[in-house]
Amino acid sequence: MGAGSGSIALARGFADPVHDAQGIFRAVMEALARPGTVQPLPVALAPPAPLTPALAGIALALADPDAPLWLDAALAGDPAVAAFLRFHTGAAVVDDPAAAAFALVADPAACPDLAAFAQGTPAYPDRSTTLVLAVERVSAAGAPGPGGCALRLDGPGIRGTARLAAAPLPRDFAARLAHNRARFPQGVDLLLAGPGSVAGLPRSTRAAPADPAPPEG
Amino acid sequence: MTAPRQADPGYNFAYLDEGTKRMIRRAILKAVAIPGYQVPFASREMPMPYGWGTGGVQVTAAILGRADVLKVIDQGSDDTTNAVSIRAFFARTAGVAVTTRTADATVIQTRHRIPEAPLHAGQVLVYQVPIPEPLRFLEPRETETRQLHALAEYGLMHVKLYEDIARHGHIATTYAYPVEVAGRYVMDPSPTPKFDNPKMDDCPALQLFGAGREKRIYAVPPHTRVRSLDFEDHPFRVQRFARPCALCGAGDVYLDEVLLDDAGGRMFVCSDTDHCEGRRQAAGDAR
Repeated sequence: MGAGSGSIALARGFADPVHDAQGIFRAVMEALARPGTVQPLPVALAPPAPLTPALAGIALALADPDAPLWLDAALAGDPAVAAFLRFHTGAAVVDDPAAAAFALVADPAACPDLAAFAQGTPAYPDRSTTLVLAVERVSAAGAPGPGGCALRLDGPGIRGTARLAAAPLPRDFAARLAHNRARFPQGVDLLLAGPGSVAGLPRSTRAAPADPAPPEG
Repeated sequence: MTAPRQADPGYNFAYLDEGTKRMIRRAILKAVAIPGYQVPFASREMPMPYGWGTGGVQVTAAILGRADVLKVIDQGSDDTTNAVSIRAFFARTAGVAVTTRTADATVIQTRHRIPEAPLHAGQVLVYQVPIPEPLRFLEPRETETRQLHALAEYGLMHVKLYEDIARHGHIATTYAYPVEVAGRYVMDPSPTPKFDNPKMDDCPALQLFGAGREKRIYAVPPHTRVRSLDFEDHPFRVQRFARPCALCGAGDVYLDEVLLDDAGGRMFVCSDTDHCEGRRQAAGDAR
């Protein structure tokens, strides 16, 4: 798509705005309610790269003029991405990560420190950013693959413990999540959005690096 | 179960406009991420008075999809005015399938009961909440209660329960019995009888709470520790009933008192009508 030309041909939004948004929201809600599960994410969008269909779907379902978006360097590099998101959501695209309701991260390996985003306040911990990381692979079982992380999870929404593997992610992702958990009830919530699937890592989840092989039992 | 039908074209799907749904959905996501914390939301005027479940209706409207099967109960019953009206409201505005059977429902909106049948993963229980703040009757100022939650300062609540013991010899709170969620926030389970509190602990279903007038949404994710507040020497106990249900004979359920005449006649029957009917049907089939 030609950026910076006089007229930009915009990619389409939802074919069925009411039910497409509902389907994506329910997948995201289930993902955050059951960390360690991977929920199917029904998206049929063809947004301008490097915005992935999963990131675009979650943004279109949940962002609007009351919920500003922050874009990572990879997404901010192409003005067509911001144009697509502004047109379809009406959301402001902000430069300050601490001002964002949703942060879209196309290059999760280069994700800024989680503390850079809105953490909420002790009285209003809900006033915090939700990060949406575009991953290539995310699964509840199996290996993360190169550049990825395998996590052992426990906390609300998890019966006993759970496992989650995704890639690409920062090498120290588990440590970053542990710092985020230490700020509870403040902190950010994360969504790992792969092709056609989404997993949730709410701030309530305790995460530790998992062994490469799935644990017994 | 009543199959899905054509929704009334005069309304957006499930009544609310899409902007309102997005706002409520964002509040629900934060509520799920911070179990037991009350998220403020911009509650809308609904076509029913406050106190009739406007909070629960807004939460249900925001999560409902075409494939959902909706059940609505009022004090356990599927056939009281509130339950029938809300079920009809969504059958008309969303065209979704509705049911009275707990096991068949994907979304259950409830006023003041948790179904007797165990809930399963994939179900969402939506509570109608009148007063979401468990500390409200101890501290009327919102600014103060918000600070108490921020500091996890719940001494007031323990003093209240202790005063119960000092006055009555036992904790006399029988409904809206305060719980601690995931070891952090003290939460009002809505005016469910304390009989239902143990069902909230480690429940496989997602529990969402909507308070329309008070403009708050909160949540308990599945498999989350929900502990009823108590003391070592006065442990939490649920109500016990002297007699079983007069209709189905169940002895492990919550009972309603039904007056039969004006001469003192009365009977005690299951408050959960679906559970009671299911048991009587099973007994009939066995015969």
